[in-house]
Amino acid sequence: MSIFVDENTKVIVQGLTGGQGKFHGLRNRDYGTKIVGGVTPGKGGTDVEGIPVFNSVKEAVAATGATASFVVVPPKFASAAILEAAEGGITFIVCITEGIPAHDEAETYNRLVEEFPGVRLLGPNCPGIISPGKCNIGITSGDIALPGGPVGIVSRSGTLTYQALHELSQQGIGQTTCVGIGGDPVPGTNFIDCLAAFEADPETKAVMMIGEIGGSEEERAAEWIKANMTKPVVSYIAGVTAPPGRKMGHAGAIISGSKGTAQAKMEALSAAGVHVCQNPTEAGQKMVEIVRSLGL
Amino acid sequence: MDLFEYQGKQYFERFGIAIPKGDVADTLEEALAVAERIGYPVVLKAQVKVGGRGKAGGVKLATNADEVREHAGTILGLDIKGHIVRRLWVEEASSIAKEYYASFTLDRPNKTHLGMLSAQGGVEIEVVAEENPDAIAFISIDPVRGLDLETARRWVAQAELDDVAREQAAELLVKLYECYVEGDCDLAEINPLILTPDNVVKALDAKVTLDENAAFRHPEWDAFRLTDTEDPREIMAREKGLNYIGLDGTVGIIANGAGLAMSTLDVVNQVGGSAANFLDIGGGANADVMAAALEVINADPKVKAIFVNIFGGITRVDEVAKGVLEALNRVTIASPIVLRLDGTNAVEGRAILADHLNESLITEPTMLDAARRAVSLANA
Repeated sequence: MSIFVDENTKVIVQGLTGGQGKFHGLRNRDYGTKIVGGVTPGKGGTDVEGIPVFNSVKEAVAATGATASFVVVPPKFASAAILEAAEGGITFIVCITEGIPAHDEAETYNRLVEEFPGVRLLGPNCPGIISPGKCNIGITSGDIALPGGPVGIVSRSGTLTYQALHELSQQGIGQTTCVGIGGDPVPGTNFIDCLAAFEADPETKAVMMIGEIGGSEEERAAEWIKANMTKPVVSYIAGVTAPPGRKMGHAGAIISGSKGTAQAKMEALSAAGVHVCQNPTEAGQKMVEIVRSLGL
Repeated sequence: MDLFEYQGKQYFERFGIAIPKGDVADTLEEALAVAERIGYPVVLKAQVKVGGRGKAGGVKLATNADEVREHAGTILGLDIKGHIVRRLWVEEASSIAKEYYASFTLDRPNKTHLGMLSAQGGVEIEVVAEENPDAIAFISIDPVRGLDLETARRWVAQAELDDVAREQAAELLVKLYECYVEGDCDLAEINPLILTPDNVVKALDAKVTLDENAAFRHPEWDAFRLTDTEDPREIMAREKGLNYIGLDGTVGIIANGAGLAMSTLDVVNQVGGSAANFLDIGGGANADVMAAALEVINADPKVKAIFVNIFGGITRVDEVAKGVLEALNRVTIASPIVLRLDGTNAVEGRAILADHLNESLITEPTMLDAARRAVSLANA
């Protein structure tokens, strides 16, 4: 099984007529994802290689029955696009946009929680979600994922998500679902949401969790794992060598004072029984050992 | 982006927050002119982005022109924890009856805004938080609803600010919140927020961090940026629009994505090397960006080898490969380049480079292999 999406998930692409939207929307369709429409205000009635384009999310949902949206629009339009998706009846929104102001993210997140409690936002600034062989929403290259499970992946960093998929696929270990939650300060979906979904998914037997410096989400995840998780978790935290006080690319990746260091996160996870590894390759190897020891 | 105190104060003024009268001065003459204009006594404050400047002799009171000359002469050029003072903020001296603390920042775990207010200001808030946590009044603000004056009034009462300060402080806090939100601050902090003996509340210091992601709606930030950093490598990188942080090692790093870039630093370190920089070319980088990245790294004389670590997603590996060739055409790259290329269009990207590989342009199949190769070249 997969989490959040499956082979029947119908997806629209907000921003399908833009360069990135077209490239990745079509790649997602080629992968087998049910991309049923695109939304670009003013371009309704046209199509992108056979995918119908609508003026609004509401129209697109009415015409296609889509429940998921892939938001790929520039930062200044992203918050409005996310809220339009929620208002239009979409229940799962994947926003890959990088560079959205933190205040916009905080406001959008709280609007969703208050006005659209049934809607899940993944991202922003994330690679998206892939359930290998079934559905790929986002910018992950489908060929690096391997269908069939038994491992679930959750990661804060885009490229490290690919690295994690790659390490496992190279060793012949498949994935149930791989979720990139993104590196921004206010992610719509967090580690715990994904860990809980993987814990509940019978086909996921082990979880790989990739974190990074900044914030305290990894520490909170460690507490949750200690209290609730029965499946083995392997983890890698990026940024051991990052200097304090400097934002390492991601808006969320900053060590302030003694808070948010990779060391503190690794210790918290170790104390929760997580297998903590020093680099992505080591994490892949550890997962291979675990999967083999489970007899899979 | 962190602002200097004077920039923070000027930013506060835009939102109507009371600050002492003052101006900047880069020379002794300018300091004197400002002092004469606003009247004695004045305080000369070193403009550096590091704490502890008072103890380091970077803040002085001057009651006449001679004292301004004396202190400006000492403070300008002073080295405070590695930061050379090039600019002063000269302001009217304030009499202080009470020192408070006020700040707004994002509460990441709760996804709301966090206000902190204390009647015990003037010292580091971390120290207050540790020794006397009850002295800080916290407030959680829903970003959708914001902060209104009524709530601010309850908040200053809860923080037990002096009665005479409360109404002014409440109004100032609403303005500070506006500055924090409308001004797209990651942090807006006043420490100390003072009450004068004649019952005026004003910001005696300003600590402001701006959210770079919001720069598109703040053209006024360009002026702040000019004086932001002194590392010539960082200035060059910023001019080229790159996300670069200078470090001290010998392996130049280029990666796509912050996580992979951080991980690349870690892995280089684990195999016995040290990174010269953090450089994330971001998502969707094209050939131009890649070429610019190589040029920036190439300009760093400490670099002995360059490790290009790319896992294509939204970034296409063929574009990266084109950028590498373009950079090689444009400038002479002094150090060998080790590439690791995977992900979107990796096959096409490797094909583009295939005919150009030699002892100073090398590909390796994995991140670890490439790290080892780059480190051995850098250490050779």
